[in-house]
Amino acid sequence: MPLEPNNILEVRGLTKTFSGVKALNNVQLSLRKGEVHALMGENGAGKSTFMKILMGLLTPDSGQINFDGYPFKVGSVHDVLKSGISMIHQEILAVPELTVAQNIFLGRETNGRLFDWLNDRHLEKQARELLEQMRVSIRPDARMKELSVAEMQMVEIAKAISNQAKVIIMDEPTSALAATEVTTLFGIIRELTRKGVAIIYISHRMDEIFALADTITVLRDGNYIGTKPAADLDEAALITMMVGRELDTLFPESESQQGEEVLSVNNLSSKGKFSNINFVVHAGEVLGMAGLMGVGRTEIARAIFGLDRIHAGTVCIKGKPTAITSPQEAIQAGIGYVSEDRKQVGLIPGLSVQYNMTLASLSNYTSGLLIGSRKESEAATTMMADLRIKATGPSQKVVYLSGGNQQKVVIGKVLLASPSLIILDEPTRGIDVGAKAEIYKLIARLKAAGIAIVLISSELPELLGLSDRVLVLSKGKQTALLSKDEATQETIMRYAMQP
Amino acid sequence: MENGINTYVNKVGHSYKTRLRGINKYGLMLAFISICLVLSFITPRFLTIQNLMIIVTQVSINALLAFGVTFVIITGGIDLSIGSMVAVAGVVAATFAHPDTYPVVVPVAIGLLAGLLFGAFNGLVITRSKVPPFIVTLGTMTIGRGLALILSKGRPVSNLSDSFNFIGGGKILGVPTLIIILIVAFFICSVILHKTVIGRYMYAVGGNEQAARASGIQLSTVKMIVYTLCGGLAALAGILLTSRITTGQPNAGTGFELDAIAAAIIGGTSTSGGTGTMTGTLIGALLIGVISNGLDLLNVTSYYQQVVMGTIIIGAVVLDSVNRPGTE
Repeated sequence: MPLEPNNILEVRGLTKTFSGVKALNNVQLSLRKGEVHALMGENGAGKSTFMKILMGLLTPDSGQINFDGYPFKVGSVHDVLKSGISMIHQEILAVPELTVAQNIFLGRETNGRLFDWLNDRHLEKQARELLEQMRVSIRPDARMKELSVAEMQMVEIAKAISNQAKVIIMDEPTSALAATEVTTLFGIIRELTRKGVAIIYISHRMDEIFALADTITVLRDGNYIGTKPAADLDEAALITMMVGRELDTLFPESESQQGEEVLSVNNLSSKGKFSNINFVVHAGEVLGMAGLMGVGRTEIARAIFGLDRIHAGTVCIKGKPTAITSPQEAIQAGIGYVSEDRKQVGLIPGLSVQYNMTLASLSNYTSGLLIGSRKESEAATTMMADLRIKATGPSQKVVYLSGGNQQKVVIGKVLLASPSLIILDEPTRGIDVGAKAEIYKLIARLKAAGIAIVLISSELPELLGLSDRVLVLSKGKQTALLSKDEATQETIMRYAMQP
Repeated sequence: MENGINTYVNKVGHSYKTRLRGINKYGLMLAFISICLVLSFITPRFLTIQNLMIIVTQVSINALLAFGVTFVIITGGIDLSIGSMVAVAGVVAATFAHPDTYPVVVPVAIGLLAGLLFGAFNGLVITRSKVPPFIVTLGTMTIGRGLALILSKGRPVSNLSDSFNFIGGGKILGVPTLIIILIVAFFICSVILHKTVIGRYMYAVGGNEQAARASGIQLSTVKMIVYTLCGGLAALAGILLTSRITTGQPNAGTGFELDAIAAAIIGGTSTSGGTGTMTGTLIGALLIGVISNGLDLLNVTSYYQQVVMGTIIIGAVVLDSVNRPGTE
């Protein structure tokens, strides 16, 4: 393969398959020394899989990687770091109890000799020089846990620099930063590129991309779409590259048949999470909730369901103002919540399908003080058949079910509590296409049965295919409430990125 | 996408784990029966009605404590204060059990009440503060011991009425009362754990606290009930012990919590919460009793007995850790 002398990293034909599903298909990337190269794509486009391969966390099925003029054998994370590729993760990986200096040099304190004396003074001196070079004022002897998220981010960058990285991958580095800190970060990035360091920059924020990037590569559904100089693109053209696909027939046709108002939310606010949220959902209607990750969609759902506190605003159920302070009250008020985090909030892995499904409605199956085993197992078996849950039986533990079937168990649990409103938070995250289609059909059935549905999803085709109206959020604020005709991928993206 | 991998791992892990789980489910029973068989071959004195009654009688106090602590461990908690509660309830009951003072119901009721209140206090501190149950009950363990010494002024409370002494030391139709009480308590605890809503909620809270909360379960209510129940059972054990030794000892029950926890763990209750059965705990307690009785009969000194017991506890936990679902 011909190698451009100025290219630090060349990737060709990279392919990665997860049990039959192509997460990356023939992806390529050319990274020049000293450039900021933005990697763009929707959630699930394959960006993180790509970066995980570069960092040695995953092994590709096929493809070539040339780094610094030599074929790059993807090995362990340790080898990757040593050869000069560093990654600043979206979630910060630091040891909170150690100091800044200790964190920066973690794993490299003594060139690998395990029983050498540690010289903290020396480490701190080196760290101080490094941080001064970056023009950030963080004390090298401060404990990591005392720092703000922005400061931790800076320490991570210092760590990458101290590693003599030639390529630094930044995954959403500004998601936790305030405006002034973003400016500092950009200054550091420009300084680095002047020294010839190449940056792979991943972000959903359009303004940042156009302010920083020299080149933009777009991935979509694991495919390489194209690479263009940032100067040749504008926001609209970039969004079209990112989302330009047709809606397929995954989504069942369904007429909107709005019934009575089930939930209305007025000026709902929670400090630091979201503010002034207003919407109404009717029986037999799907209200989509769109926005980038971390803009407050899940937080709104949790607040309505009583898992988190509301600081201002009111929630009305069927026209009646209702104060919900616990999930118990929410369930009694007829609200069901299918969490985005199936494993943490949805399921009890060690319990059976039946026990999980009846948990929210257990008092319906009691006779006297005791649980009526027959009543309970009848309810569970009927629901299992109704949702086509594939399990060896109601007594199989949910931990052994596939992701799609686990999700159906959570939905079954919510349905057994006979809700009039269901909040579905990323209901198809991490489940395969076939199971997704089944969940979509189920949503259409629930809608036809007159249940009001709030659908939170990061997958725009899903949101557009199922929703009657779409509420768009940006940074905890409601930026649009679009009708079915107004809602397109482009309009949603535009409102979702509105500052 | 990654989910595909997980499913695959689950499938592979499944057959292997199912096999081990199968071993564990019946393994405990099997281990228990084979140890009994071996002992009855080695020493003829083992398999006699009299000896078996002695074992069950000796085991009963520990089993009652283990039932209580099983509830607690299933919810993902721990209670180290049960040994001290034995002393508190015992001393309190003994104080009201002197001859010709109150009818026998009074010391029993007041003793039980003391345990329930003590347990409720544990529950209250655990649910109101963010302090882990291990620390809270480590504290109340010491507090309880102090209370027992204060209430008894550091001296054994003796001279108890015959009717009180009958509760734990008597026989009905030739069967020791302790055995009868043990069977009744086992039955009630089993029903609570396996047949009632609160029992199901205990599994849910221990299996995944967040998911339990999101299912509308009030975590604090479940925990309060569990620690109160554990206190009640500890008090029952304390009253029975006092009655059996005909004295309220402020130092009674020292170290009992560890034996009770060991019985629950050997019986398959996972210390990480969410699993365990009353039958398992009963067999765990019986196993401990049978082994120490057998070793006694074989004239093995108690020093070696402790080594054996410790090894069994670790073995049981190793089995439990291979067994735990969701540890990919």
